[in-house]
Amino acid sequence: MPIIELRKLWYYLTRYIDSFLLTSIILLMVIGLFALYSATGADINRVTNQMVNMLVALVIMWLIANVPLQQIMRLALPMYLFGLTLLVGVALFGEIQNGARRWLDIGVTRIQPSELMKIAVPLMMAWYFDKYEITLRLRDYLGATLLLLFPVLLIIRQPDLGTALLIAASGFYVLFLAGLSWRIIAGLLITAAGSVPIFWSFMHDYQRRRVMTLIDPSQDALGAGYHTIQSSIAIGSGGIVGKGWQNGTQTQLDFLPEQSTDFIFAVFSEEFGLLGNSVLLLLYIVIIGRCMYITANASTQFTRLIAGSITLTFCTYIFVNMGMVSGVLPVVGVPLPLISYGGTSMVTMLLGFGILMSIQTHPKLVKT
Amino acid sequence: MKQTVEIRNHTLEMHKFHLRLAISAGIVFLLFLALFVRFFYLQVIKGDHYHTLAEANRISISPLVPNRGIIFDRNGEILAQNHSVYTLEIIPSQVSELESTLDKLATVVTITKKDRQRFKRLMNESRRFKSIPIRKRLTDEEVARFAANRYRFPGIDIQARVMRQYPYGESAAHVVGYIGRINDKDVEQLNSNNEFDNYRGSHYIGKIGIEQSYERELHGITGFEEVETDAAGRSIRVLSRTPPVPGNNLVLSLDVKLQQAADKAFGDRRGALVAMDPNNGEILAFVSKPGFDANLFIGGIDQENWDLLNNSIDRPLNNRALRGLYPPGSAFKPFMALAALELKKRTPEYTLNDIGYFSLPGRKHRYRDWKVGGHGEVNLHKSLVVSCDTYYYGLAYDLGIEAIHNYIKQFGLGEKTGIDILGEVSGLLPSPEWKMRRHKQQWYVGDTISVGIGQGYNLTTPLQLAFSTSILANKGNAFQPFLVKRITNDQTGLVQNKQKTLLYAVEHEPENMALVRRALVDVTQPGGTAANAAAGAAYTFAGKTGTSQVIGIKQGERYKEDLIHERHRDHAMFVAYAPAENPKIVLAVIVENGGHGGATAAPIARQVFDYFLLGEVSETTTAKTLDIPEEHIHNHHEHDHL
Repeated sequence: MPIIELRKLWYYLTRYIDSFLLTSIILLMVIGLFALYSATGADINRVTNQMVNMLVALVIMWLIANVPLQQIMRLALPMYLFGLTLLVGVALFGEIQNGARRWLDIGVTRIQPSELMKIAVPLMMAWYFDKYEITLRLRDYLGATLLLLFPVLLIIRQPDLGTALLIAASGFYVLFLAGLSWRIIAGLLITAAGSVPIFWSFMHDYQRRRVMTLIDPSQDALGAGYHTIQSSIAIGSGGIVGKGWQNGTQTQLDFLPEQSTDFIFAVFSEEFGLLGNSVLLLLYIVIIGRCMYITANASTQFTRLIAGSITLTFCTYIFVNMGMVSGVLPVVGVPLPLISYGGTSMVTMLLGFGILMSIQTHPKLVKT
Repeated sequence: MKQTVEIRNHTLEMHKFHLRLAISAGIVFLLFLALFVRFFYLQVIKGDHYHTLAEANRISISPLVPNRGIIFDRNGEILAQNHSVYTLEIIPSQVSELESTLDKLATVVTITKKDRQRFKRLMNESRRFKSIPIRKRLTDEEVARFAANRYRFPGIDIQARVMRQYPYGESAAHVVGYIGRINDKDVEQLNSNNEFDNYRGSHYIGKIGIEQSYERELHGITGFEEVETDAAGRSIRVLSRTPPVPGNNLVLSLDVKLQQAADKAFGDRRGALVAMDPNNGEILAFVSKPGFDANLFIGGIDQENWDLLNNSIDRPLNNRALRGLYPPGSAFKPFMALAALELKKRTPEYTLNDIGYFSLPGRKHRYRDWKVGGHGEVNLHKSLVVSCDTYYYGLAYDLGIEAIHNYIKQFGLGEKTGIDILGEVSGLLPSPEWKMRRHKQQWYVGDTISVGIGQGYNLTTPLQLAFSTSILANKGNAFQPFLVKRITNDQTGLVQNKQKTLLYAVEHEPENMALVRRALVDVTQPGGTAANAAAGAAYTFAGKTGTSQVIGIKQGERYKEDLIHERHRDHAMFVAYAPAENPKIVLAVIVENGGHGGATAAPIARQVFDYFLLGEVSETTTAKTLDIPEEHIHNHHEHDHL
């Protein structure tokens, strides 16, 4: 009898879980915990904190995975409007931290509405395309673009260029997968290239410096270029097999900036070398492959678009983070998914995976 | 109908979607490949480069300066040692308003005008990021006061430094030498010898004397500490430590008490004295007067003292015993006498009737004897005892310059002795080749005549005179003069005894040598030129007085001491050894502008002998120095006879 009860419980627990995806995710999380332990100088409290973050995120993932997509779809519009309202609220009453207005104090806790929009924007756009599925015309793409532009502009104003660009990317993926014509894509690319000078004039000094130091980090070796130079040294000095866990000198001697959050990859890379990097990249490719598989098999326009956007955004996070840490992209505040310390990004990531699992495990709806 | 269209649309949409998804997957794959290529580039291709950078990031190497070797005299008296002092030091590049900072600093610790001047001079000589002392020898109270106010003075800090100290101050300062701050020239020198690495962290280097000449022994080997530092440069832990090896200690042959006795015997007079053991070449005393306090030079001498020493007409910094050049005067005669006998130009019996001058055949020019009217009947023995010039004029003429040069060369005159300190000069034993080379002039017979009594072009150092006299004292055996007897190191267990070096033995007939030596003993006996200085001595000693002229006196003029400016008076010389039968000590004494050797130089020698052989200085000899010798009028010769 208890065995049957347990089996039943196990069934309910795992019913909507994609075990392949979950195993890969947990493997990455364990790697992340080891890297964090080393990066924090064996600070067991930080590691415990991160484990709590992970557990919370896994529970949220499980909850989302159990919700059928139709329910989630219904949430898209209210979530989007709520997020947009909060963003306006931040712009008007937000708290200033590190010179940027990103946080909103809602009494019990402070929240960062831009984080919510990372999910809400692609959800909203996918919902929008699903709604106008039959009459996809240029007008519909324009409408979707507007849905994207409002939050992005508000977040740029905070200013939080990194998050704004990531949200813009996630929205663009929806547009792209929804079949935006190549001609318009080409036009957008040209416009983007043309607007670089305009962007430049709107950029803050620190943002400009980051771009300039990307071109030549040694130009400002002790200022803005310091991060890039030190993380490049960390990665490069790791060599093929690395210096060994907790033996990374760049890490242990505090030469690395933000080494438990955005720059944790440099810690990992210094201690585990090219071999470790390859294992990490392969694990990410396995997850991405599974997500692509789920996306390809999704049955409705909404699920296809949201799954595709989540997958490609995940790829973007990885590429941008590793790119900036290894000195090929400017330093923007983007965490390494599933590895970097921090609760918010962990929840956002696993929320996305929850949606993907829900798409994969709930009975596929055939369009009638 | 409608349904089929929708199904076809759906398939078409799916197809389009899958195509776009595939394109995305392709792009993602390419981007990840690019990341891998980047990692490969950083970690494999540039791996060594970044590895080096990471090592440089974390490891800083700080030198551990070794303790400099200690210098002892032969009896274990310390001549140079180390002691710790606190200095207040400034790194100029870290101080923005230097003047006002110094003013502010002066309210916390005493800073004199001298301190400021020395600091400015050192600052101009050093690099901006180097730490430069502003105040030396802080008291404990000053250290505490500054420590409390330290936060107000960035770039200024207290350093515990090991300083060099010379307990005997002026005594032997020339020979022991001193150390000073390493300057650009030293750095150049160290670099060219590939020794610079061993001086990282060292601030001082030997500048003259033993300190300079034995720099390699004294300095020691610099140790290193590999320190792991964090990004802020703070040291976290010591990774490895290679301890420094202290410099070797030196035991000199010098007897500092003898040196002091000689110093005292000189009083205020200028001159030099070299005492040497003829049996092995050990230098027992090495005096140059006036002296200076070597302690002034440590950590940079102040301008006032520097000017005082450097601009003094007495040139106290000059090591006269090593570098002073003087015509040997009559101290040259014993070698001439030996040459005469050995080369068979004179027999011991040959007697000359000295009428007070010598003239070359067919010439009118008179080479005068120092004694008006001459010495009468003079043989070789008497020629040395009374220092008869006329005898040697004729002898020089008969020997000829080539023979004189070649024979006397064996006694080391006009050549470096090769003593183990740097800066020795060679002097000059003239020859026709030398004159042609140097002056593009041929040799005249008249030149030979002056050379015969140790004047003319002759130039020797006091050290050379002591060395050449030691060859007489030791019956032809020439031992290399040296100062460092033993090199030891407590830490490495090194004990290295310097052996005496017999350079060569001058071939001679023993009876010839004995004759000359007998005559030199009689110089100190009644009737000899040094009789007064030797009176009442408890031992017999041999010697030769000499007078070396400073200015020429014209033909027909007479040298009158009291009419001539003190600085233009003759230098008094005395070379001697004692005891005469079995010499233990050889002396060469020069008293600048001291007049006749028997009057001023010989009494100094007597006092040094007394101290060395008897352990005390007899009162009678000091009194006797005031006695005026029989001769007032000295031989004088024009430099250029034509």
